[in-house]
Amino acid sequence: MAAGPGAAYREAMSWRETARDWRPTALALAGVVAGAVTATVVGGLVLGWLAATWSLLDGPTGAWELAWFYVVVTLAGPVLLLWATQGLGALQRARFRVVLGAEIVAPPRAAGGGWPLLRPVRAWRAPATWRQLGYHLLAMTGGTAGGLLVAACWSAPLPAVAYLAGRWGDGPGAAAGLGLVALSAALLLAAPWVARAVARADEAAGRVLLGPSRSEELALRVEALARSRAEIVAATDAERRRIERDLHDGAQRRLVSLAMQLGMARASLADTPEPVRQVIEQAHEEATEALAELRQLVRGLHPAVLDDRGLDAALSGIAANAPLPVRLRVDVPARCSPAIEAVAYFVVSEALTNVTKHAGAGQAEVTVERAGDRLRVVVADDGRGGATLAGGTGLRGLAQRAAAVDGTLTVDSPPGGPTAITVELPCES
Amino acid sequence: MRVVIAEDSVLLQAGLTRLLGDGGFEVVAAVGDAEALLRAVAEHRPDVAVVDVRMPPTHTDEGIRAALVIARQHPEVAVLVLSQYVEERYATDLLSERTSAVGYLLKDRVAHVADFLDALRRVAAGGTALDPEVVSQLLVRRRADPLDRLTPRELQVLKLMAEGRSNNGITEALRVSPSAVEKYVSNIFAKLDLSPTDIDHRRVLAVLRFLGA
Repeated sequence: MAAGPGAAYREAMSWRETARDWRPTALALAGVVAGAVTATVVGGLVLGWLAATWSLLDGPTGAWELAWFYVVVTLAGPVLLLWATQGLGALQRARFRVVLGAEIVAPPRAAGGGWPLLRPVRAWRAPATWRQLGYHLLAMTGGTAGGLLVAACWSAPLPAVAYLAGRWGDGPGAAAGLGLVALSAALLLAAPWVARAVARADEAAGRVLLGPSRSEELALRVEALARSRAEIVAATDAERRRIERDLHDGAQRRLVSLAMQLGMARASLADTPEPVRQVIEQAHEEATEALAELRQLVRGLHPAVLDDRGLDAALSGIAANAPLPVRLRVDVPARCSPAIEAVAYFVVSEALTNVTKHAGAGQAEVTVERAGDRLRVVVADDGRGGATLAGGTGLRGLAQRAAAVDGTLTVDSPPGGPTAITVELPCES
Repeated sequence: MRVVIAEDSVLLQAGLTRLLGDGGFEVVAAVGDAEALLRAVAEHRPDVAVVDVRMPPTHTDEGIRAALVIARQHPEVAVLVLSQYVEERYATDLLSERTSAVGYLLKDRVAHVADFLDALRRVAAGGTALDPEVVSQLLVRRRADPLDRLTPRELQVLKLMAEGRSNNGITEALRVSPSAVEKYVSNIFAKLDLSPTDIDHRRVLAVLRFLGA
């Protein structure tokens, strides 16, 4: 439950604060109004529907237009009642929000899609709809009664005053008059607590019946988490693309230009003093090496060819750049979603870096295949084995990255090797 | 020799223009996107077009697509594609359109001025120039096929053939005798089941088999 400003109302208060707190009273009085509206709308709909249905079953008499009218009302009744239930639910939640500041989340609506005419059927099958209708029935009866009780407590002095004004000093009535004054004073004093009790009961009923149930609440939460996680994954991808583009258009171009200028200088060094020549030659070599290193680094980020031609086309670049012989076998007849392709690409890139750094392997093999709606990536090497998720070798990061799109990573790496890292990803994400 | 350059970075466009000018080429046009390139090629009919891959508007493979159009519409114009990364997929696209007067190199290669100008002249003269990096990308996809019958040395020779080198070029690169290179080459033809009819044609066929095209 959201702990909004309404939380303060439910916390313990001194009697002075309770006495001054107008909100429970306002809630109860608004409840009377809402109860009346509910009774009118729900009662009208139910009675109208019963009447129409009864007439239809009983055999309609009179004009045929009337029979049509009965059929329409019979069919439309449940839909109208559904709308009324949902609309009144929103109204009641607004009452709690406005008066108490207590936020009650709307229960999840039945999922859209499917045949539109079946949507009301699905909605009526949802427990949330029946719970809301239950609250409306409660609001008509208990809510109205509670509200009237609160109103009666606050207005208790009025009859007492009227009585006293009319009958002050009349002998036999004096005892009764005193009793009446004492009772109305007691009711007036009790009013804030009565209002509070009524509001508390009302709010408790509202939370249970107007809000999502525990499991619906969890479902909503899971949905929200899945959405935010997908957004984070997408943002990470976008970031990698942006860095790749920035480096491509910026540093890499400048380095190419620099290396080219140094190359031209080097080519025209016929009669330059030896030390100068050496410096230029060295600068030229450093520039070309920096270029190659940067290219390798950027190629691991998110190459344009991955978006353009897919995983298959993109992987040969990193496989060929690895300092050990890598065999690549890709069998992906239909492309997966871009987010999944990006994760698979990242996995292969990082796994090959890992193999190079830690495995002491002679060769590696990368296999990517699509089986149904799963994408399976295996990076195997003939190195020394002993790789674990806990080993701080970057495998943990890979596992997290796979898990972020509901994928799994398994490591099979007995001491002495060989090692196989298998990542399975859902093709759509 | 007359050249058209397509490169969207002003810095590199200027650098390339100077480099090619110093190398004895005449740069007749330098443009910044694929459409302008196609117009310039149609207008100037150069001997060779030097084309960057990532150009506006989408910055993905505009240069490759433009190169394919040139290869189709202007058979007399040689094409050398330059890029900050090379992709085997783009290479096979290019090679399936034409197997002569075509080149695909990393931009890094322009830093080695003499080698780069050699490659450009080779392409302009109807030869090929494939970046060693493309060749090794193609190598990672090698499946069980006739190529497995080649010894590592023969594979190395085939790789150099794929890069567009002549027997003399291979002799220099491997520092072996010309007769040894001839022996490797004829072994390759034999192992790939290429009959000894036309030497040049067999060379292209061997390379194509190697490229998996």
